[in-house]
Amino acid sequence: MNQLANFTKGFIRENPVFALFLGLCPTLGVTTTAINGMGMGLATTFVLLMANIVVALIKDFIPDKVRIPSFIVIIASFVTIVELTMQAYLPSLFDALGLFIPLIVVNCLVLGRAEAFASKNNLLSSAIDGLGMGLGFTFALTLLGAVREILGSGSIFGLKFIEGDGILIFVLSPGAFIALGYLIMIMNKFKKKEA
Amino acid sequence: MEYIIIIISAIFVNNIVLNKFLGICPFIGVSGKIETSIGMSGAVLFVMTIATLVTYLIQNYVLIPFGIGFMQTITFILVIASLVQLVEIILKKVSPSLYQALGIFLPLITTNCAVLGVAIMAGQQDLNLMESIVFAIANSIGFGLALITFAGLREHLELADVPAAMKGVPVAFVVAGLLAMAFMGFAGLV
Repeated sequence: MNQLANFTKGFIRENPVFALFLGLCPTLGVTTTAINGMGMGLATTFVLLMANIVVALIKDFIPDKVRIPSFIVIIASFVTIVELTMQAYLPSLFDALGLFIPLIVVNCLVLGRAEAFASKNNLLSSAIDGLGMGLGFTFALTLLGAVREILGSGSIFGLKFIEGDGILIFVLSPGAFIALGYLIMIMNKFKKKEA
Repeated sequence: MEYIIIIISAIFVNNIVLNKFLGICPFIGVSGKIETSIGMSGAVLFVMTIATLVTYLIQNYVLIPFGIGFMQTITFILVIASLVQLVEIILKKVSPSLYQALGIFLPLITTNCAVLGVAIMAGQQDLNLMESIVFAIANSIGFGLALITFAGLREHLELADVPAAMKGVPVAFVVAGLLAMAFMGFAGLV
C-alpha cells in the first residue's frame, strides 16, 4: 500500500471513532472540553505508535499462541510510561483524564491495530499506521470535545466567547452520547456523497 | 447501611455505563437482542466479581507491601486476562450448560474496560474487601440494567423509520443519550 494513503486513512475513511467504532469509552468519557479530548488523543497516539513499532520489531520472535498476552504487556508498559510522565509534568490534565489513562490498556483500538496491522506488516508501515490512526483518533476526540465545549460551556479551548453558561446538558453524560450520534450521522452523510 | 449506599449509588446514580462511560463497546456491540444482552450481563457479573476480589488481594498484599504501586496497570490487566481464560476452562468442565450460555462472551470481557475500571476504582475509593465485592456486584448489576434496557429499546428501534444516514449506530447513540438523561433523574438519591 502507498504510504500516504496508509497515513491518511485514519482521518475520515477508517476513522477509529466515526467509522470503526473503536475506543468509544474514552471518546465519551473525557471529551467535556476540547483540551481534554486532545490530551487523551495524543496520549493514545503515543501508546499506539510505540506499541505498533515494538510489535512490528519483535513479531517474529513471539509464538503465535501467546501473541495476545504479549501484545497486552507491551501496551501496558507504554501506558505506564504515559501515566507516570503525565502525572509528573501535566498534573492538571492527569486529574481531568483520571481513570481513563490506565484504561488506554483496554482501548480496543490499540490492541486492534497491533493485532490486525503491526503483527503482519513491516516496521515503517506499522509506525505510519500507528501515527495515522492515532492522529485520526485525536482529531475525532478534539472535534467532539470542541462541539461539547462550544454548546455546553460557550467556550473553545478554554476561551470564553459568551456570557454565562451554555446548554449544560452537553457537558453532562447524555450530551456526550447525543453529540457523538449526530457527528457520526454527519460523517455518514459525507461518505454517501463521496461514493 | 454503608452497603445500601454503595449499591444504590453504583446501580442508579453513578451508573457505570451511562454516567462513567465504561463498557461502551459491549453496550453498543451486543445490545441488538435482549437474550444476548442477558448473557453478556451474566458473564460480566461473574468475571467482575472474581476479578475485583483477586485484584484487591494483589493490591493490598503484593503491590503495596513491596512498594510497587506503579505496576498496577500491568498486573491488573494480566490478572484479568488470565482469570478470564481460567474461568472459561473451569466453566467448560464444571458446568457445560453455563458455559454454553456465557461461552462466546467470555473472551470479549478481557477488553471490557468496565472490569479493569471497577478494579481500579475499588482501590482508589479505599474500600475494604467486603465493600469491594459489594461494589463489583452492584456495578455489574448497573451494567446489566443499562444493557438490557437499551437492548429492549433497540429491538423497538429496528421497526422505526429513521433517515438513512442516521440508521444503526448514530440513532443508537442518540437513544443512549436519552436513556442517560432518564438516569440523571436518580441524581441526589443518595
